[in-house]
Amino acid sequence: MTALRLFLALLLVLVVGCIGFVAYGWRSEIDPVARPGQPDPALVQRGAQLAAIGNCNVCHTAPGGEPFAGGLALPTPFGTIYSTNITPDRETGIGTWSAEAFIRSMREGVDREGNHLYPAFPYDHFTLVTDEDNRALHAYLMTREPVRYVPPPNELPFPLDNRLLVAGWKLLFFDEADHQPDSGQDEAWNRGRYLAEGLGHCGACHTPRNRLGAEQEDRHFDGAEIEGWHAYAIDQTSAAPIPWNVDSLADYLRRGWHAEHGVARGPMAPVTANLGSVDPADVRAIATYVAATMGDPGPERLARAEQVRDAASGTGRLAQSADSLAVPATAASDDVGAAVYASACAICHESGRPLPFGGLDLHLSTAVNGPNPQNIINVTLFGLPASEGEAAPVMPGFAGTLSQQQLVALMNHLRGSFSEQPAWTDVEERVARTLSGEQPVSIYTSDGMQHAPATGMRTKPWP
Amino acid sequence: MAVTLSVNGQSHTVESELDTPLLYVLRDDLGLNGAKYGCGLGQCGSCTVLVDGAPVFSCVTPILLLEGREITTVEGLGTVDEPGPMQRAFIEEQAAQCGYCIPGMMMRAQALLERNPSAGDAEIRAALEPNLCRCGTHMRILKAVRRAGQLMQSAAAPGASEGAAS
Repeated sequence: MTALRLFLALLLVLVVGCIGFVAYGWRSEIDPVARPGQPDPALVQRGAQLAAIGNCNVCHTAPGGEPFAGGLALPTPFGTIYSTNITPDRETGIGTWSAEAFIRSMREGVDREGNHLYPAFPYDHFTLVTDEDNRALHAYLMTREPVRYVPPPNELPFPLDNRLLVAGWKLLFFDEADHQPDSGQDEAWNRGRYLAEGLGHCGACHTPRNRLGAEQEDRHFDGAEIEGWHAYAIDQTSAAPIPWNVDSLADYLRRGWHAEHGVARGPMAPVTANLGSVDPADVRAIATYVAATMGDPGPERLARAEQVRDAASGTGRLAQSADSLAVPATAASDDVGAAVYASACAICHESGRPLPFGGLDLHLSTAVNGPNPQNIINVTLFGLPASEGEAAPVMPGFAGTLSQQQLVALMNHLRGSFSEQPAWTDVEERVARTLSGEQPVSIYTSDGMQHAPATGMRTKPWP
Repeated sequence: MAVTLSVNGQSHTVESELDTPLLYVLRDDLGLNGAKYGCGLGQCGSCTVLVDGAPVFSCVTPILLLEGREITTVEGLGTVDEPGPMQRAFIEEQAAQCGYCIPGMMMRAQALLERNPSAGDAEIRAALEPNLCRCGTHMRILKAVRRAGQLMQSAAAPGASEGAAS
């Protein structure tokens, strides 16, 4: 009798708990609206720039697909999530969403119908975006070409396919918030923090996540693995041989490369492609905030940076030509890695020709000085594919050429010759996984697109 | 230094520095002039050859890397008297204008069709993206590659013989 009572009591608690949770997680539907009239062109223009800062096009466009129509597969540790159609199509896109519904999705991660959205949509950042900016984004999206397209359904195992669970995730890891300016900092820093922590969602890639996919607050900007690439630490542990400052960061974020740091690649390529089209003052604000997060390099790092500069200028001993006719003298060596470097890499990387068309002197490379070899493996294998109509860095990939053993030897040689950091311990494993395809790698051109479809968003860089 | 390379099924020993690009050895030492020097930077594709079936830019591939690997050039796809399916398709579609890019195009297309002879238009376009043509014969090149795929499939079909394919 007692056992039955206990069982009934537990059942009651469970049922009440479930009802309570459902009530907690329940969100109402916001009524669909008619197609809005012509919005203010200035508002749309502002929305275009904000959408570029938010990198919206990159996740919401599938390779070869229509801009903003969604369908890009986002691999997560929990399963594959497909981005949604955010064109103003009324059936398959967000054409029936009022500005209020759009604002709620950004601030709370809930769609117009009241469904919780998976945090692959980074509302943990977007919650900081002001209503005013959200209205501009909404106006911009509502004036895009409507595309009738239904993305594939998400591939999530039970019970993660139940969106109500996201309410629980939010309870643990998400707080709706406004951006609170810090009166102790100047305007550029505050603007930069608003953009970088909010719409720009830098931390979505650069902050490591916990087992449940939430960013680890105590490791803010500490570097993480994403789409087969390492998103570098952009805090005080930055691996850049020459410390970043506001000028170099602002320049890099707008161009996608910097002569003393190298080339934006992987998922960072489209970020810089988008930032090339926005107001330079906003990019500089982001650079101001990120440079402050990295902190002032101490005298030791600055002295080391001078040594790196000297070493880099010393390697420009070939004629000013990156042409393979200018073959450098072979380093007589039994070391396979050194021989491969001398015969296949030095031609461009020691040509003395400046970026973007000459190769970076690898003393300056963050990839060679980073915590793991993944990025330099990726670039060596897949190169820097050319982007249409732009003066951007290019490099041929050596995937069909280098054997696994040659690639491992080359990576170890680069680390030993161009970095003071300790040898990598995971070169063989990462090379094997990348060559076999077990570690998939996303390849982007410097105009930001996978396989370069026209997105309608990329505009000429700001004059 | 003496290096042994396997090209189109034949073994060749050449006297050359190990950092010499494969393209120079093919053209200067072996007299295989199909692969062309275009940009010298691995950016135009006119020097494309196959290494173990994968397309590579021979102008940026030092021979050091190629010991024990099987190299195939456009000369390895057939002869003047008996052109292979890729070569026949390019002749039948008259896909060359100046012709400079064509050997590279054929080799990259060959690598694709060896993996998948029924490759569709999108796959062909994506695969050929690294190879440039300045005359503007892209549409004929695409047509030729599609035809080559058909020729390869019909040659591989059961009952097909040398005679039936010619």
